[in-house]
Amino acid sequence: MGKTISEKILSAHSGTDAVAGEIVIAELDYMMAQDGTAPLAIRSFEGMDAEGVARPERVALCIDHSAPSPLRSVSQLHAVMRDFASLHGVELNDVGEGVCHQVMLDKAHVVPGSLVIGADSHTCTYGAVNAFATGVGSTDMAAGMLSGSLWFRVPETLKITVKGKLREGVYAKDMALMMVGDITADGATYMALEIGGEAIDGLGLDGRLTISNLAVEMGAKVGLMEADAKTLDFFKGRTSARFEPVTSDPGAEYADEMEFDVTSLEPQVACPHTVDNVKALDEVAGTPVAEGLIGTCTNGRLEDLRAAAAVLRGRKVAPGVRLIVAPASREVMLRALREGLIEVFIDAGGSVMPPGCASCVGTHQGIPGDGENVISTANRNFRGRMGNPEAFIYLASPATVAASCVDGKIADPRRYIV
Amino acid sequence: MITFGKAHKFGDDINTDYIISGRHKFKTLDMDELACHVMEDLDPGFYERCRKGDFIVAGKNFGCGSSREQAPLALKAAGIAGVLAQSFARIYFRNSINNGLLALVCDTTGIENGDELEIDAGAGNIKDVTGGLEISSSPLTGVMLDILTEGGLVEYMKKHGRLTLASGGD
Repeated sequence: MGKTISEKILSAHSGTDAVAGEIVIAELDYMMAQDGTAPLAIRSFEGMDAEGVARPERVALCIDHSAPSPLRSVSQLHAVMRDFASLHGVELNDVGEGVCHQVMLDKAHVVPGSLVIGADSHTCTYGAVNAFATGVGSTDMAAGMLSGSLWFRVPETLKITVKGKLREGVYAKDMALMMVGDITADGATYMALEIGGEAIDGLGLDGRLTISNLAVEMGAKVGLMEADAKTLDFFKGRTSARFEPVTSDPGAEYADEMEFDVTSLEPQVACPHTVDNVKALDEVAGTPVAEGLIGTCTNGRLEDLRAAAAVLRGRKVAPGVRLIVAPASREVMLRALREGLIEVFIDAGGSVMPPGCASCVGTHQGIPGDGENVISTANRNFRGRMGNPEAFIYLASPATVAASCVDGKIADPRRYIV
Repeated sequence: MITFGKAHKFGDDINTDYIISGRHKFKTLDMDELACHVMEDLDPGFYERCRKGDFIVAGKNFGCGSSREQAPLALKAAGIAGVLAQSFARIYFRNSINNGLLALVCDTTGIENGDELEIDAGAGNIKDVTGGLEISSSPLTGVMLDILTEGGLVEYMKKHGRLTLASGGD
């Protein structure tokens, strides 16, 4: 019988013939936790009376969600992470390294065919580079650090084929929002996604990561894609580790199969207060915005910053609008700086944050005011998400956010770039 | 063990940001402090109305969103004895079991806000005393049951040192 990518990766890491629905205990290639989850993971780890971390070279902690610390109490939690990393010899990515998921990719801690957990729900992002990667809580992370393995339910797979080619001014984010709107917030719960097709092949790696990032917004465990030349090119020079990309077998069994066509797709916007409340941009164009956020693990990569800069070059953000730009990692920021993109944002009137999560999760760097509308490239628009339950969050592509900041209201980016 | 408590009814897709907002959870590991803020963006005053042993009764996809384990921990600290839902988001479900907080999948449509519930978690039987309903749920099995039985994953790992499927009888 043929196997899915998930079944193959979980079989290889558990030494069993893993089939969807079974429970396996599998060896982890890498584990990650961030400053919202690591302190609790450390407390759980200590509660387990552990002598040490089983494979310290497979663990990374990242300070990105509140970085630099906005509060004394947060600083204390960051200190707990630094002490733990130094005591156990695990990697610490301190303030300024960037969003945990981009750091994991930049440093090639995750490679095709690998099995990775992260104490952050958007760990599913690495599916785009053909890794079985999924979000867990702090205590699962602690159990992983202690023993080097974790239990998994082998997921059923929903196969998604995306046909067609995106038009100018329409991006991977629009494609991803279209899928979330159609599949809904729980349409893929407990399942792995295998996403492919000519529209995916046509995307760069950055765009593919955006799509896999939103897999969890459909309830999925991971958003897997096959590795191709673009994937391998990304890892060239980043790692000397041997890895083997995994493909699904011809006779693999899928729980369901879906097909989308993006040929005539228009820019999309997820409206308050759920990610699956997706509308064509046309329907909400003209809605006033007070703040724009470009960045996060969804859309803070180089292709995203280029798309936003293409709109903003030579233009100014409308009076009364705050544009916040946060590159996803130190590497991304340096490359954006060398390309002149950062200058474009500053010239346009934007505020550039250090690499990290910025205001995505409401801890710092741009908490909206009461009654304000925010347009953001992030992945969640839940009420209160950005730190104020009286604000309204719209999600869109970096180009749409940029155009909306120029106009002071939700705007189609194609008027500025096509 | 049979427990009694009142139902606090919520809808579908209750995400972990609603259970405990990021603006609170990044600040502290003190769950009693976080407990005061559970559900506040969705239902201000929830913590004050909550009595020890009460249950949250929800629709589908309870606990979707972020991986924060503070969600089940803060509910537990607020006195919530368990959550009954039509379905759970997977990370929340794992976190709940890992911390010994009951999470039962069952048909919650007939339960009304404020109903008195009688729950036999071991057997998976739920009785809505107010509404006169009897509802069954699918009991946990295998490694998940082992973890819950040990009182959570910390206690489990303390005792066994590593995860094993042997005692679960899968």
